[in-house]
Amino acid sequence: MEKIQDRINEQSPWQQITEGNKIFEPATSRAFCTGEWRTAAPVWDREKCRQCLLCTPVCPDSSIPVHEGKREDFDYDHCKGCGICARVCPFDAIRMDDKN
Amino acid sequence: MAIRERLSGNEAVAYAIKQINPDVMPAFPITPSTEIPQYVAAYIANGEIDTEFIHVESEHSAMSATIGASAAGARALTATSSCGMALMWEELYVAASDRLPIVLALVNRALSGPININADHSDSMGARDSGWIQIYAESNQEVYDNFLQAYPIAEHEKVHLPVMVCQDGFITSHGVENILLVEDDRVKAFVGEYEPQHYLLHPTQRMAVGPYAVSNYYMETKRAQRQAMLEAKQVILDVAARFEEMTGRRYGFFEAYRMEDAACAIVLIGSAAGTCKAAVDHIRNTTGKKVGLIKIRVFRPFPEEELAQALAGVEAVAVLDRSEMFSGTSGPLGAEVRAAMYQARCKAEVVNYFYGLGGRDITVSDFEAVYDGLETLARTHEVTDMYRYIGLREA
Repeated sequence: MEKIQDRINEQSPWQQITEGNKIFEPATSRAFCTGEWRTAAPVWDREKCRQCLLCTPVCPDSSIPVHEGKREDFDYDHCKGCGICARVCPFDAIRMDDKN
Repeated sequence: MAIRERLSGNEAVAYAIKQINPDVMPAFPITPSTEIPQYVAAYIANGEIDTEFIHVESEHSAMSATIGASAAGARALTATSSCGMALMWEELYVAASDRLPIVLALVNRALSGPININADHSDSMGARDSGWIQIYAESNQEVYDNFLQAYPIAEHEKVHLPVMVCQDGFITSHGVENILLVEDDRVKAFVGEYEPQHYLLHPTQRMAVGPYAVSNYYMETKRAQRQAMLEAKQVILDVAARFEEMTGRRYGFFEAYRMEDAACAIVLIGSAAGTCKAAVDHIRNTTGKKVGLIKIRVFRPFPEEELAQALAGVEAVAVLDRSEMFSGTSGPLGAEVRAAMYQARCKAEVVNYFYGLGGRDITVSDFEAVYDGLETLARTHEVTDMYRYIGLREA
């Protein structure tokens, strides 16, 4: 199926923008990478992580994917670097990196 | 056969709404437009139409609900005046950028402050950049006729823009005049059924309206919106031509009154045109001087080239503004007419007058004095006062 980002993207001329920016498919925010706003990135230490999953529900951007009861690495396309996950982690398994 | 009636401007608009029987009307009362929702509510209560009337708590909500209804797929409208429209400010821009074919019955009234309930154009002129099509009327007949043409313009696939149908508060809204109404079945055939292609209540289509547009998209969106306004020009003329076939009454972007050989011209908007026409007739009949009038009907989109063409052979022009914009120079109409004439390299001298602010009266002799001044200006080419007032007390 043709996706909206195939049809409209940041290179699209004005003639191809949908009338009034109407969007004709659901969940297109997934295709819109907002991670570039981030000034500091959370870094996950797999060794220290106990998979308690306290970090997942507090993430405002649903950027900590969980698969079969275990968290995976961050979705950096949508993580804004707010640092809440690092604050709640009881095991120091998440470090905020503002250097890179 | 047309129906002969005597109606106020507000009654005429309400009657047009009854004949169209739109789907949804959210509205909040404000002088002098209150009667429009009041009459429509009576039509609904009497079972004459099945429009859904929404009693909202403010004009901000009125326009928001109108936008919601229109996005859902309904033919929606509202009515307001002055500060009521000021409270709709944010939503006016949203209605236009969402490309919703809403109609707003605007009864022009001065904006506060100082608080005042009488006619001037400060409300709609302030909204001239909001992306709405603006159509103005001189008489009750014209506001009725303009209202019938509003949905066919707004809903045209090349346009999809909201339309403001404007009339002067009290002067036409409450003044009762003879009027020719079109029969119900002909109105329904002319306006047609609203069949939107995309709408939120579509049973199978998924759609989001009014999403966030980052800077990578905003400018392209605005350019597309401009295109709709450009396309609207031909659509406005086509709808007017169809209206003329039905009624014999002709409309364009403006009315050129006795302009064929005019040396001196006044340009204005709205009900004062009737008084100005009386002055034109009197001057021509008693002195033979070649004076004329251009009464703007469509201010958005602005008929720049057509206006400059109509003024090409004129020697002196007075542009009359019924609202301030506090640039310290002219009013909005003066600025745009002058720009149009400059671009077309018109040779005429142009001066600007403020008149009728907050309902200040303007008379035939006031217009005669303006034409006298233009005659002098055409002869001397000496502009001693570019920005003037009519009827202002000065020490």
